[in-house]
Amino acid sequence: MIISLTYIYYLTGVFMAIIAFFALKDKSNSKRILTASFWGLFAISFIFGDIIPPFYMGILVIVMAVIAGAGGVRLGMYDEVSQEHRLNQAKKLGSRLFLPALLIPIVTIIGTLGLKDISIAGLALLDKSNITLVSLGVACVVALLTALFLTKDTAIRSLKESRRLIDAIGWAAVLPQMLATLGALFAAAGVGQVVAELVGSAIPVDNRFMVVLAYVLGMALFTMVMGNAFAAFPVMTAGVGLPLIIQLHGGNPGVVAAIGMFSGYCGTLMTPMAANYNIVPAALLDLADKNAVIKTQIPTALLLLFCNVFLMYFLAF
Amino acid sequence: MLTLLGIVVVIIGFVLRFNPLMVVVIAGIVTGLAGALPIDKILIIFGEAFVKNRYLSIFILTLPVIGLLERNGLKEQAQKLIGSVKIATTGRVLILYLFIREAAAAMALTALGGHAQMVRPLIAPMAEGAAENKYGKLSAKTHEEIKSFSASVDNVGVFFGEDIFVAFGGVLLMKGFFEQNGLILEPLDIALWGIPTAVLAFVIHSVRLILLDRKLDAEYNVRLKDAEECEKS
Repeated sequence: MIISLTYIYYLTGVFMAIIAFFALKDKSNSKRILTASFWGLFAISFIFGDIIPPFYMGILVIVMAVIAGAGGVRLGMYDEVSQEHRLNQAKKLGSRLFLPALLIPIVTIIGTLGLKDISIAGLALLDKSNITLVSLGVACVVALLTALFLTKDTAIRSLKESRRLIDAIGWAAVLPQMLATLGALFAAAGVGQVVAELVGSAIPVDNRFMVVLAYVLGMALFTMVMGNAFAAFPVMTAGVGLPLIIQLHGGNPGVVAAIGMFSGYCGTLMTPMAANYNIVPAALLDLADKNAVIKTQIPTALLLLFCNVFLMYFLAF
Repeated sequence: MLTLLGIVVVIIGFVLRFNPLMVVVIAGIVTGLAGALPIDKILIIFGEAFVKNRYLSIFILTLPVIGLLERNGLKEQAQKLIGSVKIATTGRVLILYLFIREAAAAMALTALGGHAQMVRPLIAPMAEGAAENKYGKLSAKTHEEIKSFSASVDNVGVFFGEDIFVAFGGVLLMKGFFEQNGLILEPLDIALWGIPTAVLAFVIHSVRLILLDRKLDAEYNVRLKDAEECEKS
C-alpha cells in the first residue's frame, strides 16, 4: 500500500519531536528539560516504536511516567493573541474558517468509504486494515494545508499554536495509551477470571432476575476497572452471561450480547480509566475539574443501566 | 485474589490524586508481580502494549489545524453563527449534535465527531454562544457545566450509535466470542437488539439537556429580574 499507518505514526513522531524542541527552547518553563524529555520520548515511541525491542520500550514508558509523576511536564509561554485580534480575523475570514475544521471529518469519511479500494499501479492507496486511522492522518494534513492557505499564517505558527493545546492537555495525552498497557497486564495476570469467579460465586444462580442483574452490573463495574468494555465483555460473558443467562436460563444470545455490551458502555461513561473519552476531553476543554465530564455523565449512565436490567430481563426470555 | 491488588492500587491512587500515569504504572507492576510474571516479562508487556496502542494518540495530529483556526477566530465565528439563530439554546444545540453524532455512528460514520475535532472548536463554543446570546455574560461555573455537557454528548452519541452498525468492530467481537463458544449469531441480531438501549440513551440524555436549559433559564432569569428591579429602585 502507498500510505500505511506507519507513515501516520512517523508524522505524529516528527510532530511531537518538534513540540519537544519548542519546549526545550522555552525559557519560561522552569522544568523545560524534563518537559522536553517527556515529549521527546513520546516522539521516539512513534518513530522507532517498531524497531526498539519491547523490553526497552517498557523502560521508556516507565521513565515517561516517572517524569510526569515528578511534576516534570509543565506549561510554557505561548505568545497568544488578543480577543480583539481574533474577532477581527473572524470578521475577515467569516464562515470560511469552518472549512478546514470540517475537512477533518469529511476527508476521513471520504477516505474510509470512498478510497478503500482505490489502488495506483497495483498498490492500494490507503492501508485497508487501518483505513479510518490512516484517513484521519491524511485528513489532518489536507485540513492543515487548507488552513494555512486560508489564514496566510506559517506552518511554524500552526505548530506553536498546537503546542499551546498539547501543553494544556499535558501528560493526560499519554494516559489512554498507558491505560491500555494496564489492560494488557490485567489480561496477562488473569484479573478478569478472578472477577468473573467472584461475581459468579456471589449470586443465587437459580434466580433469573438476579443473574441478569449481576451480568449487567458486572459488565459496568468491570468496564469501569478496565476502562474498556471490549476487555470486559469476553470475561464477564464467559463467567456469567454465557453459562448462567444463556445456557442455564435459555436467554437469547443476541439480546445478552447487545445489552451486555451497552451496559459496559454505561461503565465507560463513569470511569477515569476511559481517559480518552473522559479525562483528555476535560483537559482539552480547559475544565477546572478533571472529573467534570464523568460527573455530568453519571446520571445518564445510571438511568440507562437501570433500564438495561429490565430490557434484558424482558427481551432475553 | 492477590491478582486484584492492582485494582486496589488504581482506586487508592486515583482517590489520593497521585499522578495517574504513575498510578497506572505502579498498578501494572503490582498486578504483574501478583500474577507471578517475571519483571522482564512485565516490562515487555508494557512496551508492546504501549506501541500497539499508539493509534489512541493520533488525535493530536488535529491540533495544528485547530490551534491555527482558533488563533484566527474559529470559536468567535462559531459563537457568532449560533447567535444569528434566534431559537438556539444550549440544550437544543446539543440535542441536535447528539442526534447527528448517534445517527452518523449508527451508519459507521464515527469519524464525524470527536472531542479534538468537533467539541472543542465548534460544539462547545456554539453551546456556550447560545447561552451567552440569551443570558449575557455567564459565570465560570456555567461555562464549565456547558462544556462538560458538550463532551458528554459526543460520548453518549458515539457509544450508543456505533453498536447499531452491523460491521462495527464491537459487534464482530461479540459474534466472534460466541462463535468460539459454539454459538452462531448473525451480526444483525446483535445490532437490532441494541436499538432499544440506543433509543433510550438518546431520550434520557436529551431530557437532561432540556432540563439543563430550564436550569439555566431559572438561574439567569432570576438574575436578570433582579438587575431590572435594581434599576427601577
